[in-house]
Amino acid sequence: MERIVVYSLVLSGLLFSMGMLGVVVRRHPLVMFMCIELMLNAANLAFIAFAWHLQEVSGQVYALIVMAVAAAEVAVGLAIIVAVYRYRADVDIDDVSTLRG
Amino acid sequence: MQCIHFAIWWPLLGLLVNGLFGRHLPRKLVGFIGCFTVFLSFMCSLYAFVMYLGSQTLGVFAEYEYYILPWIQVADLRLDYGFLVDPLSLLMALTVSLVSFLVHVYSMGYMADDDGYPRFFAYMNLFVAMMLTLVLANNLVLMFIGWEGVGLCSYLLIGYWYRKQAPPLAGMKAFVLNRLGDFGFLIGIFLVFWYLHSVNFTVLREKLSGPTELGPYLFTTIALFLFLGAIGKSAQFPLHVWLPDAMEGPTPVSALIHAATMVTAGVYMVCRLNFLFTWSGFALLAVAFLGGFTAIFAASIALVHNDIKRVLAYSTISQLGYMFLAAGLGAFWIAIFHLFTHAFFKALLFLSSGAVIHGMHGEQDMRKMGGLAKYMPQTYWNYLIGAMAISGIPLLAGFFSKDAILFAAFGARPEVLRSAGAILWAVGVATALLTAFYMFRQMYLVFLTAPRFDEQKLRPHEAPWVMLVPLWLLSVGSVFGGYLALPALFRLPNLLGPFLQRTLALAGEEAAAEVHRAGELLGEGISMVVSVVVVLIGVVLAHYLYRMRWGITERLKRVFAVPYRILLNKYYVDELYDSALVAPGRTFAEAVDQVVDRGIVDGLVNLVAFILGAAGQLLRPLQTGFVRNYAWYIGSGAVALVIILWLVRG
Repeated sequence: MERIVVYSLVLSGLLFSMGMLGVVVRRHPLVMFMCIELMLNAANLAFIAFAWHLQEVSGQVYALIVMAVAAAEVAVGLAIIVAVYRYRADVDIDDVSTLRG
Repeated sequence: MQCIHFAIWWPLLGLLVNGLFGRHLPRKLVGFIGCFTVFLSFMCSLYAFVMYLGSQTLGVFAEYEYYILPWIQVADLRLDYGFLVDPLSLLMALTVSLVSFLVHVYSMGYMADDDGYPRFFAYMNLFVAMMLTLVLANNLVLMFIGWEGVGLCSYLLIGYWYRKQAPPLAGMKAFVLNRLGDFGFLIGIFLVFWYLHSVNFTVLREKLSGPTELGPYLFTTIALFLFLGAIGKSAQFPLHVWLPDAMEGPTPVSALIHAATMVTAGVYMVCRLNFLFTWSGFALLAVAFLGGFTAIFAASIALVHNDIKRVLAYSTISQLGYMFLAAGLGAFWIAIFHLFTHAFFKALLFLSSGAVIHGMHGEQDMRKMGGLAKYMPQTYWNYLIGAMAISGIPLLAGFFSKDAILFAAFGARPEVLRSAGAILWAVGVATALLTAFYMFRQMYLVFLTAPRFDEQKLRPHEAPWVMLVPLWLLSVGSVFGGYLALPALFRLPNLLGPFLQRTLALAGEEAAAEVHRAGELLGEGISMVVSVVVVLIGVVLAHYLYRMRWGITERLKRVFAVPYRILLNKYYVDELYDSALVAPGRTFAEAVDQVVDRGIVDGLVNLVAFILGAAGQLLRPLQTGFVRNYAWYIGSGAVALVIILWLVRG
């Protein structure tokens, strides 16, 4: 395996873990969003790396699709955050837990 | 003539309009729609009748069958939405639609202050449609549709005042008892189809006109099952108990459904299937004897009752018994003749009693009436005409039809039991005596004795013209209806008999000739004189007991305490049913309810619910509501998945 591919995958794993950690420990929704973006981009990096390794273009195509999905997700997510903020004047994610079983 | 089936569609249209939009329409319009659709249906019947008469050569009446739509076609079962136009169905359709129309007009006045005005007219229209389906159907199954339809309307209209306690219960009773009869009717239809491979009336008659290899026991069985249906619908003993209770419904309903039309469906069915019944002498004799027994049984109960409508209800049962008596002796056209005249005078009596109740502000107890002739003279005259007609006072409708029945019994010599005719004749004459007595007892109690209510406070009033006009028209029918079939003794043409002969042939062709045989004229004269004398005795007795010796009845009650109590309690038939059937049935149902329903069925359902609930309880702590927990689950799940895949790949 080429060295660059290995480095890319290691970086991707690191980024993903950081994103994961952020989502789990942070309580501000915007920060959580950034972390989710981080995870998505880590996945993208892995796609690209594998595409390079396998000389296969579909990996890059998938990266583009992931970006499109991420954009849509951000649009919906930010709208929800704004709505929650209007309703409660506060966006601490732990307060929004009315769906508790 | 094919237009006859529009007679069914018009009232259905009225049902749709009044049922769906009636609440938003003005009351006048609702009443108008209700009446006018039935009037159109009468016009359709009349048109078909005139066309029919026009298309026939003199004295020979053919029949026409129309297939409007195919309905069910499976193997050799072929059912059509089709109609049979012959003298019998035409006469029935005319009677039904005419009486219905008059009752509808009357209802506009009687129900004027009622909240459920559109609902009432919707049900009544549905009833007319179903009754016409019943009488015009060309096969047994379509007839059964109408049969059940009128039963449904009867149920709905008995329980019309559903906020009170008694009417819904009475409706339920009528429905359940009719179920018992319908069960027999259905089995009869199945047997007919199984052995004769058709349910079409004309086809059946064709098959049964010649010799057949099927034994007499089969026909007896079929006929008795079919007759069970007639017993239920026409309120004959022992299923008669629903009809008196059905008087809880509004009076126009009692007049139309529970006197003039629906309850006669059983008689109509027996006459329609005469070709089948005549194959079994035993079944016919059973019909005749049950009819005769019911006639005198119900008439005796009517002697002592004090509710103005209940007396009429028992009178209806008794008159229906007369019809079955005639049909059972093979005089089918006479049964239909009595049905025809009875429709007029019984509707007249019921509607007049409705006018009395209306004028007395809801009072139905005859002991609290009296002297009403002064307050409502027109109602009085109509009631008098009705009472005279049903009692058989000479030259009114009931005289001719009842006399025809008695004479048919007088001359009948059924093969199974030679003396049956004489026995039934005696029963019929005795019933005529009772009928005259209880009708004129009612006349005196309601109209002619001194008032037994507070005249200053109650102030009875005459009915409005919208109620009186139908009464007068029905009176015309009650007076002149009998002239359609004059006895041979009068040496005037009998119009109805030959008209119905074609359909009700069989014993008919001979019977009609018999009625006209010169040698029998003496017998007919004797029979007529006897019945007239008996009727006059009844009237005079009523006059003596309730006019000349007012108060003597109290003494008679004490002298004949036991029979009086038995009659007042209707021979304890209701009590017998209660203790023999209803109470054990209820106990059984409660036991089943406890063990099977609550124990097993509910237990299983509750068990499933409990398992699911417990599982939910177990898993619900996982749903914390914190997003980071979910993220944690997802992350650890992904990691677990990777580990598992790694391990599996080994």
